Amino acid sequence: MQHGKYRFIVGFLALPLGLYALFVVWPFIQSIYYSFTDWTGLSPEFEMVGLDNYRRMLDDEIFWKSLQHSLMFALVLPLVTIGLALFFAFMINVGGRRRRGGPVISGVRGSSFYKIVYFFPQVLSIAIVALLFAFAYNPDSGAVNSFLRGIGLDGVQPLWLGDPDLALWCVMAVLVWSTVGFFVVLFSAGMASIPADLYEAALLDGAGRATTFFRITLPLLWDTVQSGWVYLGILALGAESFAVVQIMTTGPGGPDYSTTVMVLYVYQKAFRDGQAAYATTIGVALLVVTLAFAALVMRLGRRERLEY
Amino acid sequence: MGSTSASDSAENRGVKGVGRRDLIRRSAALGLISVPTVGFLSACASSGGGGEDKAKTGKKTDKNPLGVNDTAQLEFVLFDGGFGKEYAEDAVKIYEQNFPNVKVKFSATQKIQSTLQPRFNQGTPPDLIDNSGAEQMDMGVLVGKSQLADLTPLLDAPSYDDPAKKVRDTLRPGIVEMGQFDGDPVWIMYYAYTVYGVWYSQKALDSLDATYPETWDEMLAVCAKAKKKGMAGWTYAGKYPYYLPFSLYPMIGKVGGREVLDAIDNLEPNAWKHPAVKACFDAYHELYAKGYVLRGTPGLDHIQSQTAWAKGKALFIPNGSWVENESANVIPTDFGLAVSAPTGLDSSDKLPFGTIWASGGEPFVVPAKAENPAGGMEQLRIMLSEASSKNFTSKVKSLTAYNGGTDGITLTPGLKSGVAALDKAGQNVVNPRLQDWYVQLQKEKIGVSGLGEMMAGRLTPAEAIKKIQGYADETAKDTSIKHYKHQ
Repeated sequence: MQHGKYRFIVGFLALPLGLYALFVVWPFIQSIYYSFTDWTGLSPEFEMVGLDNYRRMLDDEIFWKSLQHSLMFALVLPLVTIGLALFFAFMINVGGRRRRGGPVISGVRGSSFYKIVYFFPQVLSIAIVALLFAFAYNPDSGAVNSFLRGIGLDGVQPLWLGDPDLALWCVMAVLVWSTVGFFVVLFSAGMASIPADLYEAALLDGAGRATTFFRITLPLLWDTVQSGWVYLGILALGAESFAVVQIMTTGPGGPDYSTTVMVLYVYQKAFRDGQAAYATTIGVALLVVTLAFAALVMRLGRRERLEY
Repeated sequence: MGSTSASDSAENRGVKGVGRRDLIRRSAALGLISVPTVGFLSACASSGGGGEDKAKTGKKTDKNPLGVNDTAQLEFVLFDGGFGKEYAEDAVKIYEQNFPNVKVKFSATQKIQSTLQPRFNQGTPPDLIDNSGAEQMDMGVLVGKSQLADLTPLLDAPSYDDPAKKVRDTLRPGIVEMGQFDGDPVWIMYYAYTVYGVWYSQKALDSLDATYPETWDEMLAVCAKAKKKGMAGWTYAGKYPYYLPFSLYPMIGKVGGREVLDAIDNLEPNAWKHPAVKACFDAYHELYAKGYVLRGTPGLDHIQSQTAWAKGKALFIPNGSWVENESANVIPTDFGLAVSAPTGLDSSDKLPFGTIWASGGEPFVVPAKAENPAGGMEQLRIMLSEASSKNFTSKVKSLTAYNGGTDGITLTPGLKSGVAALDKAGQNVVNPRLQDWYVQLQKEKIGVSGLGEMMAGRLTPAEAIKKIQGYADETAKDTSIKHYKHQ
């Protein structure tokens, strides 16, 4: 039955490859192509302008600011989110005190409740989360400043989103809040598959919580952490950061360009200023940054895989 | 011998098959080839023309001055925003009555850009569009790329109510000019008419035994009085500081004359360095420096600031006439909503008190590639009749471009005071154009990074002016932007 084998294989591959080419590869090629034109996005006419858009981008102060903020997002967001998520997941699954007659390892009291609570923000759409926090950050009557007043800190009434030094951190905090739950659940699942005898052996040797975490849990969870890192980085460079910046910040992107990110700038150039070609140019830059980020994380994170 | 190497035996074990590894390698190669191949089939999203088959024009008669083909379909896309869609539906009904053989294809959406951008790119746009809202398509680009039809035939046609009067003579001041970009053609018909200024509660002002201040010293005195009562003088949409110009620009015009505003719009070098600009910036900064701006204002968005103002936390807010509708649910019934032209500096100002900013809103356009452009214009002509205008005003509490149309209908307090302010202004209506000519400059650069920073106390007026002048020069030099001049 060898004859017709190629046809058989091609038959299976053609459709997915075709779809991939049409919906993934083709748009990429198109946008790279448009970045060499002066297309406005509002009329069918355009001309080739060579590298003009790229030259303009390198001189564009706002572009550099947005790049800087995007990189900051890609660096800080995974670091904080994964750090917190690992800590929470560890406490939920492993960090509990040993109870008489109970299993060797267990989470802190009420851990199943916490698991649900942490996951809860994941149920809300990011747009709603951003809106809720925009209200909370309202300096006049928002929850945060009201709380500060409530505990007697009348003198400490920051402008939050209205302050260029704080705005970016306010926005990041919202993203951390909304994504950490997902990673708690993800890491919990990973931790559940680590055999209990490894922990048992460590406990017999007198290992404390910290040692258990760094010597057992983290190394055995490394693959999950790494993919979580890439996923979070892409999320921080892409849609999620756009949504919060667009909905919450002054301007949006302000005050004084303190929160503008690359995706927001792409959006504004394409859909506000009618400069679709320049927007795709920034999009190409974003693509390069994202690929570089993924490659970097994969390379730095490469470790020997442990079988268990 | 019977001893062959392992690899041999694998190769010889019968047929030359496709191993798993081979398959992956080959399909990867195939993928690599297919990428550039697809690239050659450069059928771009933006290609494709067509849509050139225009409807034949009908015969021009007194009843049909634009020569509308009475069998051609009309497609009308409305922005479904704060004004709703009823007013347009009513006007469509009249069109269908006048042309009984036509069924108008009417749709209303908030997603103007997402719905219509592809159709512009394909060259098959509808016949009449209300290009408004958050998804407004950039007018400068549409005009620059010759996507819009010149509305001069409409303006020169006899008006719907009085055949002796041209449509252009029935419009409010500034409407026709606003539709022009460079030269005579009029590309946009603004239907709504917005009054910008300082909005306040007459009741709150009465409780302070004060009247609306006409000079800046009086303004500071009123604010001081309010502060004693625990009320801030001013608040504004801190997150969108480009609301500040609604009262600041006409003040500049009042202090220094129209030429100052025109120079700013024309991006002339050192336009912002005019002494009138500095004087007005100093005046506004004084509000901040003396603590007359509601605490936390730079972190409030428009709704939050309007709510604080409606609750009586602040006396004045720079805004447009839509505020009455937008904040209807938080403005108390005995609020006594009123608008005033901005306060000037003193009696040496070039223009009298009452100088106000008023301009068109809800921009209607007829695409150049529309199939039935005459129909689109006829629909606009119907909407600009007195009856349709009255219908709009009574339904959505806003004035229209039609000059008049308020007799015999009960006006809401805000609307009434807007009409009074327009009467008082007379010919002293200014119309700064930065916000429709250079959106990024106006909103992000001047608004957020200049005025916003100054009113938050992070820039001095002199620094703000320097920064804004830098932005304006940058915009003037930017070749990727189309530039406009006042006629």
